[in-house]
Amino acid sequence: MERLDLSHLSVRELNQYLHHELPKNGVEELEIVNPNGLHSIAVGLTVPVRIRVLGHAGYYLAGMNQQAEITVQGNVGWSVAENMMSGMVKVKGFASECAGASAHGGLLVVEGSASSRCGISMKGVDIVVGEDVGHMSAFMAQAGKLVICGNAGASLGDSLYEAVIYVRGAIHSLGADAREEPMAENDYCTVDELLAKAGINYSSKEFKRVASARTLYHWNAEAGQEY
Amino acid sequence: MCGIVGLLARTSEFREQLGQMLTPMLVCMGDRGPDSAGLAIFSSAIKPSLRQFSLFASQRGFDWLDLRDRLRRDTGEDADIETLENHAKLTTSVLPGKVRSWLAENFREIHLLAVGRSIELYKDEGHPSDIAARYRFSQLTGTHAVGHTRMATESAVTPAHAHPYTAGEDFCLVHNGSLSNPWSLRRMLEKRGIHFETDNDTEAACRYLEWRMSQGDTLEEALQKAFTELDGFYTLLMATADKMVLVRDAFACKPAIIAETTDYIAVSSEFRSLAHLPGIHQARLFEPVPEEIYSWNV
Repeated sequence: MERLDLSHLSVRELNQYLHHELPKNGVEELEIVNPNGLHSIAVGLTVPVRIRVLGHAGYYLAGMNQQAEITVQGNVGWSVAENMMSGMVKVKGFASECAGASAHGGLLVVEGSASSRCGISMKGVDIVVGEDVGHMSAFMAQAGKLVICGNAGASLGDSLYEAVIYVRGAIHSLGADAREEPMAENDYCTVDELLAKAGINYSSKEFKRVASARTLYHWNAEAGQEY
Repeated sequence: MCGIVGLLARTSEFREQLGQMLTPMLVCMGDRGPDSAGLAIFSSAIKPSLRQFSLFASQRGFDWLDLRDRLRRDTGEDADIETLENHAKLTTSVLPGKVRSWLAENFREIHLLAVGRSIELYKDEGHPSDIAARYRFSQLTGTHAVGHTRMATESAVTPAHAHPYTAGEDFCLVHNGSLSNPWSLRRMLEKRGIHFETDNDTEAACRYLEWRMSQGDTLEEALQKAFTELDGFYTLLMATADKMVLVRDAFACKPAIIAETTDYIAVSSEFRSLAHLPGIHQARLFEPVPEEIYSWNV
């Protein structure tokens, strides 16, 4: 298998190879070694390649990803898979802040915990977190599903639009306009399907649903500072 | 944006390598703060009757031996001085208050960076890699050290505005973030007779914490109060003679990562500056959560 070593290549050289050479030579699988916390590894990919990153990565790993399946055998820094369009990003360790920020599609799996602002402004991505998420997760999330297998920090789903959150553990507090709702049959199916894709083994029966109460959709001048 | 780094040695072997291990951390974080840098390093305390003073002269070639001789002559007490570039370490039995007023009267151009029995402090303007080379950071040894790389956002770029900031004895603080109420804190402290040296927001946080400690709080108790009193964004890394302490504000939008092994505790803004440390891939790595106090004893 092809192996790219970031102790010899710069991130720019790596990404230029992934953008320009890789689509031409038809490589389907490769490994990136010695990521050493470097930022912007494997951003902007557009081909269905499988990549394994062996070690801890820095900020923006797999940002803007299209089609590629990227697995990190370690932790990642801020904004993993930000603006992802499609494909899958799997983090075997933990993710720092803003995991999956503004992502439009695809699946992001964090097997450990994701810290604050996980799924901020998500626009259609599905995110499965194996453990906990930090405060302000799914802030202004517009579309997609966030499945949290552990606990959620403060102000979950603040100013939520049409994204839906499923939480297995405790919720520290809900943000403005987020509310707990009963699980329906299609919610159980959605959670089971996403857990199966993520390779995480829990029953959807353990989850609760959080969605928007939609009271912030229209500005109410009479509400004063109530918001 | 700024970078913060800290390293606490848990073995005597690692103490010997403290500067060697910390310097690449600081230089790497030069990407987050290229305009100035500083480092405070702590070693075993000197005799209770003595204090060491870290001094900075903006002019190279300043006559440090003349300063030492005049201090000896004016006070009748002994004083030693070690010099390196713009920096000097003065060790003397003259009391800190007396040294401070004597410097103000006789050497207004000299900036007193730190005083204590354990702390030694370097800071200067320029790229962190240049500063680390100029002051030979990689040769430093000690129990623990904190460093900072600055990208100024709210006050001037001068050596005095670089971090770490100090107040009192054997206490220093580095800050990534920005405070929105430093002036109200400062007015409150100035009314109590506390003197400020710069217009930097971090100095207000540093002097606030030292003021609380002078009133009998532990650093941890002072930080509990600071969570209410400090308004703004901050990841603060602090050190005293016997501990290193880290906190993040409630929003936690300024980063930090902690690595713990049997040999060391390492703190940095970003993991990539820790990647060279021995045993890092077996280390317990975790991100500090908001408003939690992380404290490690030497």
